[in-house]
Amino acid sequence: MTENTNSNETNSFQKQKRKEEMQKQLISFALMIVFTIIAFVVVATGMMDGMFVIPILLILAIIQVAFQLYYFMHMKDKDHEMPALMMYGGMWAAILTVAGLGVISWW
Amino acid sequence: MSHDHSLNPETMPNEPEKATLEGKNKFLGFWFFLGGETVLFACLFGTYITLRNSTAGGPTSNELFGLELVFIMTILLLSSSLTSVYAMYHMKNNDFKKMQLWLGITAILGFGFLACEIYEFTHYIHEYEFTFRSSAFGSAFYALVGFHGGHVTFGLSWLIAIMIRNAKRGLNLYNAPKFYTFSLYWHFIDVVWVFIFTVVYLMGKVG
Amino acid sequence: MSIASAQKRSFGAVLWDYLTTVDHKKIAHLYLFGGGFFFLLGGLEAMAIRIQLIQPENDFVSAGFYNELLTMHGTTMIFLAAMPLIFALMNAVVPLQIGARDVAFPFLNSLGFWLFLFGGLILNCSWFLGGAPDAGWTSYTPLSVTSPGHGVDFYVLGLQISGAGTLMAGINFLVTIINMRAPGMTYMRMPLFTWTTFVTSTLILFAFPALTVGLFLLMFDRMFGSAFFDVTLGGNSIIWQHLFWIFGHPEVYILILPAFGVFSDVIATFSKKRLFGYTAMVFATILIAFLGFMVWAHHMFTVGLGPVANSIFAIATMAIAVPTGIKIFNWLATMWGGRITINSPMLWALGFIPSFTIGGMTGVMVASVVADYQYHDTYFVVAHFHYVIVGGVVFGILAGLHYWWPKMFGRILHEGMGKLTFWTFFIGFHLTFFIQHFLGLMGMPRRYWVFLEDQGLDTGNLISTIGAFFMAFGVIVFVVNAIYTAAKGEKAPDDPWDGRTLEWTIASPPAHYNFKQTPLVRGLDPLWIEKMEGKGNMTPAEPLGEIHMPNSSFLPFMMSLGLFIAGFGFIYQVNYNWAYILLFGGMAITLGCMLIRSLKDDHGYHIPKDELEREAD
Repeated sequence: MTENTNSNETNSFQKQKRKEEMQKQLISFALMIVFTIIAFVVVATGMMDGMFVIPILLILAIIQVAFQLYYFMHMKDKDHEMPALMMYGGMWAAILTVAGLGVISWW
Repeated sequence: MSHDHSLNPETMPNEPEKATLEGKNKFLGFWFFLGGETVLFACLFGTYITLRNSTAGGPTSNELFGLELVFIMTILLLSSSLTSVYAMYHMKNNDFKKMQLWLGITAILGFGFLACEIYEFTHYIHEYEFTFRSSAFGSAFYALVGFHGGHVTFGLSWLIAIMIRNAKRGLNLYNAPKFYTFSLYWHFIDVVWVFIFTVVYLMGKVG
Repeated sequence: MSIASAQKRSFGAVLWDYLTTVDHKKIAHLYLFGGGFFFLLGGLEAMAIRIQLIQPENDFVSAGFYNELLTMHGTTMIFLAAMPLIFALMNAVVPLQIGARDVAFPFLNSLGFWLFLFGGLILNCSWFLGGAPDAGWTSYTPLSVTSPGHGVDFYVLGLQISGAGTLMAGINFLVTIINMRAPGMTYMRMPLFTWTTFVTSTLILFAFPALTVGLFLLMFDRMFGSAFFDVTLGGNSIIWQHLFWIFGHPEVYILILPAFGVFSDVIATFSKKRLFGYTAMVFATILIAFLGFMVWAHHMFTVGLGPVANSIFAIATMAIAVPTGIKIFNWLATMWGGRITINSPMLWALGFIPSFTIGGMTGVMVASVVADYQYHDTYFVVAHFHYVIVGGVVFGILAGLHYWWPKMFGRILHEGMGKLTFWTFFIGFHLTFFIQHFLGLMGMPRRYWVFLEDQGLDTGNLISTIGAFFMAFGVIVFVVNAIYTAAKGEKAPDDPWDGRTLEWTIASPPAHYNFKQTPLVRGLDPLWIEKMEGKGNMTPAEPLGEIHMPNSSFLPFMMSLGLFIAGFGFIYQVNYNWAYILLFGGMAITLGCMLIRSLKDDHGYHIPKDELEREAD
């Protein structure tokens, strides 16, 4: 019986933890929506010069993606070292690829 | 039959998706697959960036894209990402009914996204004669956005298959990893979409 | 025991067993037979090329057929021979080296093999269906887009299908090595072959998607009228070159790193010494993989990317020589002061060091941009990459096969024939390719059908062709050796070489569950540690208990068959409407099988404890 109550306690502890996690995820969702709206507004109103807009858009996108990866997909949690390592590897290869194709392709 | 018992314990562990070795393997393998998919989409993005001004006299990105529809699509897909987070939340609380409910909402939002995309493509083809074959820009656009749409389609079929398959028997340690990997896949689709709406649509509007 | 029962079973039962197996040891056999078959095929193509070039203005084959031969030789050797043979070794050895009962994804493992095989078959069907691909193994656009007939279509579909299989194999090995190691087998206690498999799998994971996309773009251009490479509609040919080499250069390291792992294990075993600089070897491997991703444009120096880009890629390329040099010196230092046994696996390792070093040196030469304008597309480059790929990869595969043959088949390869293979192949290899450096420097371009008389190329080409015959003889001796060993070879004990690692602690060939009890690993070279402490066998890490095993499945074969059929549909829908039946029918088979796999529970089965006790050895 003692075992049982013990596991119930850990269960409620875990439940509480999951609830807190869920709140964080909701906050990150709200922020993602805000960033999306900012990005669209900046482009739709044409308030800024192209030179400034593109870096801003990219930064907003990267922050959003970080929220997805770290909060929604739990990459910040423990037991995610290997997934994180391989995602970083994939991102590194991705950056090289995009840079290679985008910068050094002539006509 | 000791085996069946081990997959249907009386109390679910805290992380049912990683409670068995098979589950751990699936979890890790699927993450690695997503690492590879990152490179796959990077290649398509790179191709698009190289060819985005090669319109061959056809419509340019600025003339084509309308932001309203893309904004709706973005909100649909972002919300579906959140609903699948809810589904996983209920999976960890071992509440199968609520998980199915949220997964169902995810599927509906996904279909909404897909419908918008199909409308968008037919619109471009019929109104602007902007096709896969009309210019290098067209090829690159449809390849990139189409690959993403194909991923959405595959994800929806996958989701519906596992939802129907497990509808009657509920959650156990054998199918929990399947639901979890699906949610990872669905988030990844959203990650790619964030870059698509930024690089293709918004940057296409800026010039 | 398993051999005795196998001999009693009918041929049909054995065939069905191999068609449905998910056992990594049997999949290793399949990879070996499949890869070996394509190796012989690619060798045949190489011989035809060399016979055509035996004398000036020869007409052994026509110009068009020569293009097909050289394309198929390269494609076959890289994708259908070297890769699967390496996978054969990885499948046979890696789970044993880490003390695992199976790989992480036995089903995917089998699917990966069948995808490779059916991809290879599609590619080679082209010979009988209007001509093989003829745009070179690199298939540069616009040549490959405008190449008439269906040859290049077969290239695209064949590589797409087998490439998918390779990606699966890569993910499978990554997860296996991370999740399935025996207790005590930390990362820094893993044998070097396991380490190189791990790093190679990472490279596969990040490199093959680029090939996938490149092939898709080529497929869309050729079969669906898109305009990625069509300059009149704004397309750009350089995209293909980038995508191909973003894949293609890591591919070189995907091939060579496992060979490095084989040599590290072989040299340590036959020098009776712990590998010198183990930690440095591991980090050199990782460094090579990391740098290997940043050098792809050195294949494109003459494209005109500009001096800045060329310089960056030249420096990055030369930097790879540093970790490679570390490895060469560590192998030498491992042998220094060791009690060296020279037998056939060790001979390949010894032959490898100078041969590969020559290839590495010429690699630094072609990495220098200004000089590369001279070397580019000449026989100098042909000589260079054959020195690294034959002198590195093929030597590595042959060393590995001689070394692990007893573990794979339970019999030891005949030593005399092994030595004969080595000497003829080794001498033939240097005869064939060393002279090609000079042919290249004298201006002989690669991929040319004929050369003219009295331009100083006659003798060199003759010598090269003679060398090729020596190599062919060596390969034939090896095949004879394999057949002889299967029939009359000496039965192998558990540990024929006085080995150091876990694969030598279990029977040859191992039981289908590998380890009755998972071993407890106490350090690097775990078996050697036990031997030095006078024990000679491993301490089990768990009591004898039930063993969980995966079920066999016919689905991987059917999935791959579906894609094989769909491949023909894709190729022929350009001309004929009936081909859509193949396309949709094939895809339906594949997707249907995937659905079955997803929906039908597959819990595997358990070997009960008393059965294991009965099999006590």
